[in-house]
Amino acid sequence: MDFKEKAVVMTAADMNRVMARMASQIVENNPDLSNIILVGIHRRGVPLAERLANKIKEMDSVAVATGTLDITLYRDDLSTVAEQPVVNSTQLPANITGKTIILVDDVLYTGRTVRAALDELIDFGRPHRVQLAVLVDRGWRELPIQADYIGKYVNTTEHEIIKVMLPEYDEDERVIVVETK
Amino acid sequence: MPLHRKDLLGIEDLSVEEINLILDTAETFRDINSRRIKKVPTLRGKTVINLFFEASTRTRTSFEIAGKRLSADTINISASTSSVVKGETLIDTAQNLEAMAPDAIVIRHSSSGAPHQIAKYVNSAVINAGDGAHEHPTQALLDALTIRHNKGKFAGLKVAIIGDVLHSRVARSNAYLLSKLGAHVSFAGPNTLLPHGFEKQFANAEGSVRFAANVNEAIADADVVMMLRIQMERQAGGFFPSLKEYSIHYGLNLKRLSLAKPDAIVLHPGPINRGVEIESDVVDGPYSVILDQVANGVAVRMAVLYLLAGGE
Repeated sequence: MDFKEKAVVMTAADMNRVMARMASQIVENNPDLSNIILVGIHRRGVPLAERLANKIKEMDSVAVATGTLDITLYRDDLSTVAEQPVVNSTQLPANITGKTIILVDDVLYTGRTVRAALDELIDFGRPHRVQLAVLVDRGWRELPIQADYIGKYVNTTEHEIIKVMLPEYDEDERVIVVETK
Repeated sequence: MPLHRKDLLGIEDLSVEEINLILDTAETFRDINSRRIKKVPTLRGKTVINLFFEASTRTRTSFEIAGKRLSADTINISASTSSVVKGETLIDTAQNLEAMAPDAIVIRHSSSGAPHQIAKYVNSAVINAGDGAHEHPTQALLDALTIRHNKGKFAGLKVAIIGDVLHSRVARSNAYLLSKLGAHVSFAGPNTLLPHGFEKQFANAEGSVRFAANVNEAIADADVVMMLRIQMERQAGGFFPSLKEYSIHYGLNLKRLSLAKPDAIVLHPGPINRGVEIESDVVDGPYSVILDQVANGVAVRMAVLYLLAGGE
């Protein structure tokens, strides 16, 4: 598939500012930081969760626990996809029961990834609360799911794709809108 | 890279990329087996039939647990309780099962090629769980996962496979897999149980396969020692004089094992004949990874079921 770049949504500096704001909102909403776990959803949610943890550490000198979640085995479209997606590892601290889990992902779109993530979390224990942090909310929800912390809300059409580029996976660091040709 | 095939019938026709994909996927499933809730919804609504024409506890249970942990419905059929005893042919049995629309059929049969035959007649994914003296692909994959965990690599590893190579589908599948990944396999055992000439198939492999002059030579400096089971059910031909003599000349004891590298690991596909092909102090000793093999078996079979029966 060919992509045409349409617009830059955020530069690296914008992303940094936005992450700092999200981190401070998380601190504000969760007085007991020792009870929260930032859980990144594979793939790009994983480095974003680490960054939020770093920001919180800079601000409050508290090392917040982090984890990773791979939702592949919980997808609702597995039986209809032609090729089986590669399964990444899920790594959560020993016991999540009673914790506040903050799920972190790059883009919130249909909400189906978050639905799968919630199902998977429940198999690991019974968290006290689950919150959701996303860098970009692009609308087009298909399930009643909303984020608690949003980096930026972006109006999109159905044919557009939001690409979050992170140095961990890409050659660049920015957020762009591309259109499928 | 996905697995572009309907069936898993053997290691011989798998590419290195496909082998690595299965092993990498199995790695993730190992984690699931250590979770509090050892079940994921991935194969919900799918049906897996275990069709076993030969006795098996480990492999059948392993496939059954693998299917159940992926939320598939698993059904076990063994030959003694099936219509085979009433004279139904293999193909008829397969087509009748197919009519009930399973998503995967796992088959073990005493005849080499039986799963291949069935695969031609059914749309379900067919997984070979051991066919005669031909192949046992998931066993080789779980052995590989165990070796990878302990050694971190395959290239250049020295692997001794000792015992009844002639009747062993485990030996055959392992020879294909290990030589593809660059390991050097040495077979040894009673001459009557070594299929000389078999090594010619591996002339172009990344690694190598050869027959050692004797057991001690095969084990010398080995990173991995894999003992094969003496298959009592296939020894009517009088291939060796007695079990006692077999144990003395070909069995693995601590003295013989001391010839291998100090950090060598010992594998055995089970069931073990203690005191015949392997002494108890080796089985229960620190080199033994025999129970890790069993644990890895569930993960490997989950990976294979996920990759073959997961999609449309």
